[in-house]
Amino acid sequence: MDIDSLRQLFPQLQDKVYGKTLVYLDNAATSLRPSGVVECWRNSAEHCTANLHRAVHHIADLATRSYEDARAKVASYIGAGSPSEIVFTSGATASINLVCYSFGRKFIQSGDEIIVAESEHHSNIVPWQMLCEEKGAKLRVWGVDENGHLSLDDLKSLLNPRTKLVCLAHISNVLGLVNPVKEVVKLCHSIGCKVLTDGAQGIVHTKVDVQDLDCDFYVFSGHKIFAAPSTGVLYAKKEILDSMPPFMGGGEMISEVKWSGTTYAEPPYRFEAGTQNISGTPTLKPALELMEEIQNSAQLSDNLKDITDYILSGLSSDPRIRLYGIPGAGYEKVPVFSFSVEQLHHEDLALILDKMGVAVRSGQMCAEPLMDRYGVTGMLRASFAPYNTMQEARYFISSLHKAMDMLR
Amino acid sequence: MKTLKEAQEEVVEEMSMFDDWLDKYSYLIDLGATLETLPESARTEDNLIKGCQSRVWLECNKEGNIIYFKADSDALITKGIIALLVRVYSGRTLEEIRDDDFSFLDSIGLKENLSPTRAGGLNAMIAKIKSYAL
Ligand SMILES: Cc1ncc(COP(=O)(O)O)c(C=O)c1O
Repeated sequence: MDIDSLRQLFPQLQDKVYGKTLVYLDNAATSLRPSGVVECWRNSAEHCTANLHRAVHHIADLATRSYEDARAKVASYIGAGSPSEIVFTSGATASINLVCYSFGRKFIQSGDEIIVAESEHHSNIVPWQMLCEEKGAKLRVWGVDENGHLSLDDLKSLLNPRTKLVCLAHISNVLGLVNPVKEVVKLCHSIGCKVLTDGAQGIVHTKVDVQDLDCDFYVFSGHKIFAAPSTGVLYAKKEILDSMPPFMGGGEMISEVKWSGTTYAEPPYRFEAGTQNISGTPTLKPALELMEEIQNSAQLSDNLKDITDYILSGLSSDPRIRLYGIPGAGYEKVPVFSFSVEQLHHEDLALILDKMGVAVRSGQMCAEPLMDRYGVTGMLRASFAPYNTMQEARYFISSLHKAMDMLR
Repeated sequence: MKTLKEAQEEVVEEMSMFDDWLDKYSYLIDLGATLETLPESARTEDNLIKGCQSRVWLECNKEGNIIYFKADSDALITKGIIALLVRVYSGRTLEEIRDDDFSFLDSIGLKENLSPTRAGGLNAMIAKIKSYAL
């Protein structure tokens, strides 16, 4: 697949903002939707609307099949042992909360410790703060260095027999660096501690193999990898899922409901209470198929590598620009670039870039502790997807310089 | 001194000289630069306007029935917007501010041209001005 045919699949790329062609560089917030996904979504809504697992009629069967096909696709895509290790949720946040309220409530006790990295998204901080408060457990922070790197030695000094869980992003949505998940898992497992990997960005930029990573939980959202919004995945190892109680009660998560007591369905259904995202979740299949096609294209991966090199040098060559998440020392950079400009407010730059047709993120990026770490109130972030071109990358850098000049 | 209406019309006219939004931003940035500096002591929690991505402080002093504003922001475009409001509303009577509907802002297109989060910021500025006139 080449970039022109890929771009054809995303109608929004042709849209104009303020009369200028949209340059969409906010892919880390959410990806654009390709036509195959929209077609699947539409087809599910128009022709497959029926509730899942509940009726014997034909349409219910079709709907259930496409839902379960998506589960099988996700399982094979991330290398899970079986589709029953895949729980569908409404997104990464919901998946983390599910682990928190099911696994956490059962297995985290007063005095236990949970470690989170300083660079985590609020979604991988706040649920753990809430749990720790409820349980009288302790939340410990694994700090990043100036470059955004985590030190395994630091982790070693944090780990102790009370540590029950380490929560770490595969790739931080701010720093854009691939964290050493596999090494972290090895270290944690050696003392019997579990690892939750927030793969919201990792699923976008790496070829995930959960068995190779060996993490206990891996979570991500569909909307960042072309699928419908409010779709999401929790992967957990089978023996762990089996040990987890349901955290929401309701329809279709039960085995038997009696006044004398209720027994629950097996995972993953135990965790999918109530009517699910019956039109959205099936889109994970065409979305992941497109991801595979993209990964198989040398042209597309070369393009993103070239863009990454170009932006890295473009941002690093200007002394007024401070880039966060510096590659090196084993840390690979993905095309997610957060930065700030000396003396200038991120809001001003984002407003001006917006009027130039460039969509970038500005603000705290749901990572306030990391903003505090670097002593800033916010940053700008340009994040690229495989459909972004080198020409767009150049336009971004020149627009940024124009904006900087305007604000002098 | 110009009447409130005249001051508003003047701003609308000046903004309409620019077709391009980037030029309007430049105009706002220049306008922000004309703001009298706000002493550090006035950058209080009470004077801070919530609901903006950038920080905006609005200080008010009343002399009898007349209300005077001073403002500052850590972002230049936002500072321009608050400067525009200060220019129009500082030195007005409490009644004038209470009775005004701020609809001249609609003619500038500021609201439509700011994303909802930033329009929220503008609304917060208006609410703050109004609250001082209560
Ligand atoms: C690293 C990371 N974790 C979690 C999330 C939350 O994802 P969602 O809002 O889709 O639940 C995001 C999305 O912004 C993210 O980038």
